[in-house]
Order: sequence, then structure tokens, then C-alpha cells
Amino acid sequence: MLEQSFWDEMNASGGDVRSVYAKIDAWLRETPPDVLSARRSQAELLFRRIGITFAVYGSKDASERLIPFDIIPRIISQSEWGLLERGLVQRVKAINAFLTDIYGAREILRAGVVPDDLVFRNPHFCPQMAGRRAPHDIWVHIAGIDIVRTGENEFYVLEDNARTPSGVSYMLENREVMMRLLPDLFAAHRIAPVENYTDLLLNCLRSVAPATAAREPVVALLTPGQFNSAYYEHSFLADRLGVELVEGSDLLVRDDVLYMRTTQGPKRIDVLYRRIDDDYLDPLAFRPDSVLGVPGVLNAYHAGNLTLSNAVGTGVADDKAMYTYMPEIVRFYLGEEAILKNVPTWRCREPDALAYVLDHLHELVVKEVNGSGGYGMLVGPHATREERAAFREKLLADPVNYIAQPTLSLSTCPTFVESGVAPRHVDLRPFVLTGANGSRVVPGGLTRVAMREGSLVVNSSQGGGTKDTWIIEDPDMRALASFSSQRSV
Amino acid sequence: MLARTADNLYWLARYVERAEFTARIIDITSRLAALPKAYGGASGAEWESALVALGAHERFRKTNEVADESAVLRFLVFDADNPSSIRYCMDRARANARAVRTALTAEMWQGVNSAWIEMLNIERAVAPFERMTRDRIDPALDAAKGMSRDFDGLAYRNMLRNDAYWFSRVGLYTERADNTARLLDVKYHVLLPETETVGGSLDYFQWTAILRAVSALTAYHWVYRESIKPWLIADLLIRKKEMPRSLVSCYDNLAGFVDAIGRAYGQQGPAQRHARAVLLRLENTSLDDVFKTGVHEFLSEFIEDNNKLGALLAEQYLLN
Amino acid sequence: MRIVIRHEIEQSFEPPVKSLNQALRLTPRSHESQHVVRWRVETDGDSRLRLGEDAFGNVVHALGVSGVTSQLRIVAEGVVETFDAAGIVRATVERFPPGLFLRDTGLTMPDAPSREIAARISGGNMIERLHTLLLRLQHGETEARDDEAAQTNPQDTDEAEALAHRFIVCARLMGAPARFIAGYVLHPEEREGKRHVWAEAYVEGVGWIGFDPVNVICPHDGHVRAAVGLDALDAGATRAAPQPLSVASSVSVRRAD
Repeated sequence: MLEQSFWDEMNASGGDVRSVYAKIDAWLRETPPDVLSARRSQAELLFRRIGITFAVYGSKDASERLIPFDIIPRIISQSEWGLLERGLVQRVKAINAFLTDIYGAREILRAGVVPDDLVFRNPHFCPQMAGRRAPHDIWVHIAGIDIVRTGENEFYVLEDNARTPSGVSYMLENREVMMRLLPDLFAAHRIAPVENYTDLLLNCLRSVAPATAAREPVVALLTPGQFNSAYYEHSFLADRLGVELVEGSDLLVRDDVLYMRTTQGPKRIDVLYRRIDDDYLDPLAFRPDSVLGVPGVLNAYHAGNLTLSNAVGTGVADDKAMYTYMPEIVRFYLGEEAILKNVPTWRCREPDALAYVLDHLHELVVKEVNGSGGYGMLVGPHATREERAAFREKLLADPVNYIAQPTLSLSTCPTFVESGVAPRHVDLRPFVLTGANGSRVVPGGLTRVAMREGSLVVNSSQGGGTKDTWIIEDPDMRALASFSSQRSV
Repeated sequence: MLARTADNLYWLARYVERAEFTARIIDITSRLAALPKAYGGASGAEWESALVALGAHERFRKTNEVADESAVLRFLVFDADNPSSIRYCMDRARANARAVRTALTAEMWQGVNSAWIEMLNIERAVAPFERMTRDRIDPALDAAKGMSRDFDGLAYRNMLRNDAYWFSRVGLYTERADNTARLLDVKYHVLLPETETVGGSLDYFQWTAILRAVSALTAYHWVYRESIKPWLIADLLIRKKEMPRSLVSCYDNLAGFVDAIGRAYGQQGPAQRHARAVLLRLENTSLDDVFKTGVHEFLSEFIEDNNKLGALLAEQYLLN
Repeated sequence: MRIVIRHEIEQSFEPPVKSLNQALRLTPRSHESQHVVRWRVETDGDSRLRLGEDAFGNVVHALGVSGVTSQLRIVAEGVVETFDAAGIVRATVERFPPGLFLRDTGLTMPDAPSREIAARISGGNMIERLHTLLLRLQHGETEARDDEAAQTNPQDTDEAEALAHRFIVCARLMGAPARFIAGYVLHPEEREGKRHVWAEAYVEGVGWIGFDPVNVICPHDGHVRAAVGLDALDAGATRAAPQPLSVASSVSVRRAD
């Protein structure tokens, strides 16, 4: 019964196939299941041989696992994408303005738009950055914004990732594997390319190099090392960017300049694309026991000899409590309404909201403000009575730490599972690059799919899979018309 | 290049080479052990000597009592803590490759990774057996040899001739020289019964086996056109540049590669001088000199010199 | 009171390190009841010092050493003129609104004992409640501790630090912004002072007030503030990476004649 209310991206109600999926539908009809199955095995073999694996925290047995890959692409039309793109760029612009402000003049606090304590007591707010400016006032060069769809032209932002968003390697590898496995299906569509992502990223990183950098700025990618869950992505990106993949022990700071140890002595780094958390970045400024970071790297940054990407302290903008203020933040800095909607959210810090949430636990999703990856959350409709009761206690003990949202009717996409082709819930993480010359969004992103029937949890750490995401030309122009009316709402 | 990358490339090549060497030792040992007594084989000490040749006998003794085929095979193929086991070498090779995959071609990485995955599958299928036999572990030997062959070939064919290639080659030839020296040393020092003079007929098969281990049986006949004579084997494996696994050939390559590094970086240092000195000594030592010094003493000194090259390289390029 | 301070730190590194960066928070700043007459920080060896300021307004020397180092000596010394202000601290360099000092940190996470202490304090205004806390804390702590070292040497810096953290946690739980202070103290009846740490809490309408939990007093004119932060990590005299194998400090705090 519940399934009926979900919006399927391929199959419209009444058995019609949406026009963007026409060729996919035909392909699925004429391809026997064993062929699909063979293709999937081939894909898996490719992924495993390339070594696209990820580590799961807290799992002893398989230290490296493969993220399930679904061979049925997820399709978004060019006109829908246009709307998304504008919304994403707007959002990231607002996030950067917000960070410049709260680490600078703090006007938004004085205006009372965002409560002081939400910033100052936020674990991701970084006092060490107060009074500092990021080069070009860009803090978030790489953002991953999680989007869910609930209907025709209905997109919501689920979460902003403004620290070290991951997943872009899957976007690129999924595309490559699809082209190898299903060239005919691929050729039948006009698909916007994603392959130039790394070129754009390199240009973006170079564009924000400090003024003291050499004419050809040196970029390096800092990884916590081989045992990190996203190590594959780090090495993949370093490779595609043509930059060194460095670890903390490869780096040193001398006279406020960052160097890497090479076979020919120390070599200066101008831009550090770091994929380690703030806390571990510099033992002189943050966690003193960190061996992953570089002592003094923050000094090099403050001295203007280094650009850190993303900047330090950006997490204050992407936490779940701040998320609820994003429409106000967009309005405050840009004087515009947010193009992309927020999921309606109850802030449990507010007594009225808390009361409502406690009364409606069975129909809400309650999340920890600082939790991530689907941990520490309650999916009301799917929880047992006992689970809800236990969560109620946690909620009452520390309401400030929670927000609640209605269980969204996440759209579904046809997905090839054990039982054949069946609808599964999906979300989308596009990546927004922001450099000195503005923002770019590569047309596509990472589609995550919950492989279990009815599940809404798409996180790879909890069994979610991925799909290639195709942005294709609109089969007909009527879709455009419906958009312009949508946007003025 | 990052200093750590150079280090990883060096060790990657060493472990790939070592995995192959272990496989080759297992090969010849099982061949020897299968020989009927009448032919001078199967004394019972073959498996023990395999451990000695790989420098693994002490570690083996810590966890095992009897050096029979089954125990030694398990130890040399699957023991994840034994630095000369195929499994260990593959683990380390892959870890090093994973750390520097940007410095390798995609095929090289995939070659090492596939071999490693294959090894895991073989282990899963074979390890549960109580008795390890040559037939059972055969696929593991093939995996190790295949990995080395692919790695070597792909590096030679596809890698840019720059410092990444040179450091990798330095690792490979350092390991190869070490292996050849140990193999010879075992034969001369350990296997030979005290009463037996060098060249006695009893150990004919063992000598042939050594030549086989380094794929040099045919080469021997081409070069010397004589029956198997131990001192000529020493000559072949120490002094003959035409022989790819000989010490002098390894050092010919090593001197060339460290020199290339020095030229690329515009500076010659202790490592370059040392490699040239070792090469010169190998070229200028006569077979008589080797026997006068004592083969064991000569080889021990060489192994030490070989290690020193690694240390000098580290000091010069990795620890700055 | 005119106070002469000399703080000497000897660090040794084993194995010797090739490059070294440190942050030194060893320089007091002037405020209404504390006037820094003169002050200097010096290091030996092949090191460089660069003067700067951290986010809290502390004076920080960034110390960089290149070249192999096994021993390093750091000396901070100077003269400070102090005035008794009954613990009230005015005209300090403030870079944040007091609300920032309600933040939890790794060293100041609320735990069950702190919650209990804070929950049991009620009645009176905030200043009174904070004074109650000051008394309860000392009492509660000594009751809870049974190791002899702590009993025989209650003035030990570790204990002072633990109590300052506990005070900060409780004050924050009670709704008062609170922070960690590192500096020096010379008690009126003593000839020789020492390195010392304590806390400050913010009371609306009054401002920042010092509380010295280990001595159960408000700071007097023998207290010299050198650095402030959310916890001991922010305000420590030195932060080094790599960490020295051993550190020997000697501190001399005397009345100027």
C-alpha cells in the first residue's frame, strides 16, 4: 500500500512510461534477465579489478567492500537539470557568503537571523578561523549537495556537504563502466559529459592559489592514507588531476610555507586539496595527537602562503541544525528566495517543535544534528514501538541535538535486483565547484540507491548502491514550459 | 617525485621479485624431493634447505617442528607473517602498489591487484586441507610467477623512463641479486656435506636444480659446452654478464639505473659511487679469487654490499 | 604589586627531529588590573620566532626550527605590575562574544559528576551561584579523590587544571560562559610563586570574573594572566609537534624589590 504513493521516475501512473525513459524501457523489455545479470557480473568484475572498493568502519571481516552498482541508469532531463543547477549554484554562493560573514563581521547574528549559539556552540565552528578571510572569500570549493525528488519537478535538498564531500569518483567510474558495458544504449541517448570534472576541479583549485604561488601553482591531495574508507577516491582523483597524493608524513612546514618531501628535497605546495577532517589537519591547532596532519599547516594558511581546499571550519555551514536556516541564509545574503526547497524540518531545540515531534514519532525521521551516514537516526514508520520509546528518551535528554523531518516520499527508479527489475528509492549528489571564476556543476552526479525493498537509506555504509546518472536532452519541449511556471512559485 | 613514492616503488618491485623467487625455490625443491634416492636426491633435507635458501628457517622453527613438505609448503605459500611467503610478498606488493597507484600504469596496478585477489581465492580453496601438496599449491606458484612476469614486462614496455621507473628497477635488481647470492651460498655452504668435495657426483642433481631455479640450465650449456661443474656454475651466476640473473648482470643494471637517477637529479652521490664500486669488483674478480676468499665469505660480503646500496639510496633520496 | 617572572623550558627530542614547529603562549597582555612593564621570549639554537596573535587574542610566538634538533631551550621573562580587582577582569582583548565560551571541547565535555554538581546549585544570582560552585567543587573533589599524591600535594598543576576544567564545565552547564586561564601566581604570604592555571566565568552586567578553584579564591593581585582559551589545550605554554620526549620547566615568580 505504502509503495503506491511513491513517484517512480520511469513509470508514470496508469502504466505510461515517461518520455525520458522511453529507450531504457524498450531496452529493459527486450533484454532477458540473464543478459542483465551477466552485465552486472561484468561490471562487478571491472570494479573489483580496478580496485574501486571502500572500507567500512567497524566491520572486521571485509576490510574492502564493493559498492553495489546498478546497471540501469538514472535519467534526468536537461530542463530539470537546468533548474537544479541554478539552485545548487545559488545555495553554494549563500554558503560561502555565510562563512565569510560568521568568521568575519557576523552580521547575520546581529540581525538575529541565525541564533548565536547555533554558530558558537557548533562543534564544527572553528574559533581559530575567526577574523580570517579565505582567499577570494571562497571557503567551499567543492560541495556535494544531496537532493531528493518527490515528484514531477519537485526537488528537495536533503543535506549540504561542505567539508570533504566524497563520491565523485563513483560518478566518473560509473560512467566509464557504463560506456564499456552498454555502448549501444549509451549511443542511443545524447548524454551530457561528466568526464571533464577533474579538469574543472584542477582549474578551480589553481584559480584560488595564493598570490605568493608560482605561476603554475602546485596542487597536492592530502589523504589520511590507505586505510581510509575513501582512499580509492583519493588516489583516483590525484591520478586524474595529475597531482601528488600526499600523506601527513610527506609534508612539512618551514617558515610558514608548506613543502612535500621529494627525492630531490622539499618542494613547495600552493594549494592543498585535503581530504582529512579539520580536527586532524594540524596538531598545533587542533587535536594534538593527530599524526595524519601537518604541524604548522594552519600558520602557512594564515600567512597567505597556502590555500586549503575546502577551507577550515566549513562544517558549521553544513550541519543539520544550520540546514534548517538555509532558506533564511539565502535570503539574507542574496536577497533571493532559495530555488531549491528544504525538506520541512522541526528543530527540536524549539519547545513547540519538540512537542510536535514527540507526538508524531511514528511518522517522522529524527536525526542527530551532527550525525552522518544514516547513523543515529530514527525512521519512525519503520521503527518498532521499543525503538521509538528508546529514541524518545534520547530526544528528551538532549533536544537541541535533534531535528525531525517528515518521511519523504523519495522517488524510485527501476533497479536490477535479485528478483528482477523493481523500483528502488534513490537520491542524488551533484558536485558544485567554486573557484575564482565562479561556480560550475558537472551535469550529473552520484545517484545512490537503496537496494533493499522499501528502504530509504541510500548510504553506501549501510548497503546502498550507485547508478550512473544521465542528464539527457528533453525529448519534447513541453517540459520546459511547465518549469517556468514552477520556478515563479 | 615524493620520497615515499620512490620508497613504495622500490619495495613493490622487491616483493614482486621475491614472490617469484619463493615460487621458484618451491619448484626445484619439490623436483629434488621427488627424485629416487639412487639418483642422489631425496635425502629428506630438501625442504629444510628450501627454508635456508629463503632465509626463513629460524622463523619456521618457531611455529613448526618437522620440516616436511606439507608444513614447509604451507609456511612458504600461505603464512601471512613469513616475509618470504608468497602470501606475505603479495600483501606487501599490493599495499605498496596501492599507495603509489598514480605512479604506475593502470595495467600494472590491475596486474598486482588481480594476482592478490587470485591468491585470496586460492587460499580460501586450499588452506582448509590438512595436508599441503605440490599439486594443491600449484596455482599459487603460477600466480606469483605470473604477477612477476606481468609486472616486469609491463614496466619494461609501458613505464616512462623517469625516476619512477628507475627506483622500481633498482628494487627489482637489488632483490634479484640478493636471491641469486643466497641460492648459491646455500648450495656451497649448507647443502654440501663436509666430506664431499665440490663437484662430487652425488650432488649433480642439486646443481642442476640450482640452474633450473634461475632458468639457466640451457644457458649453462650454451656458455660452457661442458658437463655440469660447480665452479663453472659459480662463474656463471657471479661473473657472466650474459646471464641475466648473475650478480654482475644485476649490478650492471643497478649501476646504470642509479646513475640515471643521479643524472636526472643533476647530482652523483655515495649511492652511485657504491654501485659502481661493487660492479667493478664483480667484473675484476677472477674465479680463483672467489675460491681463495671462500665462496661463502665472498657471497656474504656481497650480500652486505647489496644491502648497503639500499641504505645509501635511502639516505640520499628518501630521508632529505 | 610588581612581579618578576622567569619561565624556562628545556625540551629534548629523541630521536632528534629534522623540522619542528611550536606555538608558544608565554606572553601576558595588559588589561585593567595587569600592566606588562616589559617582557621577552627567547629560544636558543637554529630557531626562528614569529610574533602573532591567536583567535582568542593571546600573544603567540610561532617557533620554527630547521636542522637536526635534540635539545631546545625556551625562556620567557619580564616584569608585570598588578592591581587587586577582586577577581574582576576588565579591558581584556576580546575577539568573541562571551557566548562562544559556552562551547564544549574535548577536555570540557559534561560528565555525570559535573551535571550533578551543577544541578544541585540553585538560588541567588549568578555570582552567588558561581561562588557556591567554587566552594562545592573543592569540597567535592577532595572527597572524591583518594590517591595520596593528590592529598599531599594539592597545589599540583595537574590538580589545578582538572579543577579548572571541572569548574568550567559546571559553570557552562549553569549557563555561564566560562574559560580557561593559564599564567602565574604569587600568594601574598609566599616569597616564591609558580606557574598556575584557573578559570573565568562571565556574568551578565558584571563581566568576566576569575575563579581559582584549587585555592578556593578569586584571583588577587598575585595572579598574572598569560593566556586564555576554551580549555588547557588552547592556553598551554607550548604546543609542539612532534612532541618532545621530555620537558623540564623551571619557573621563578618573585616580588620586585
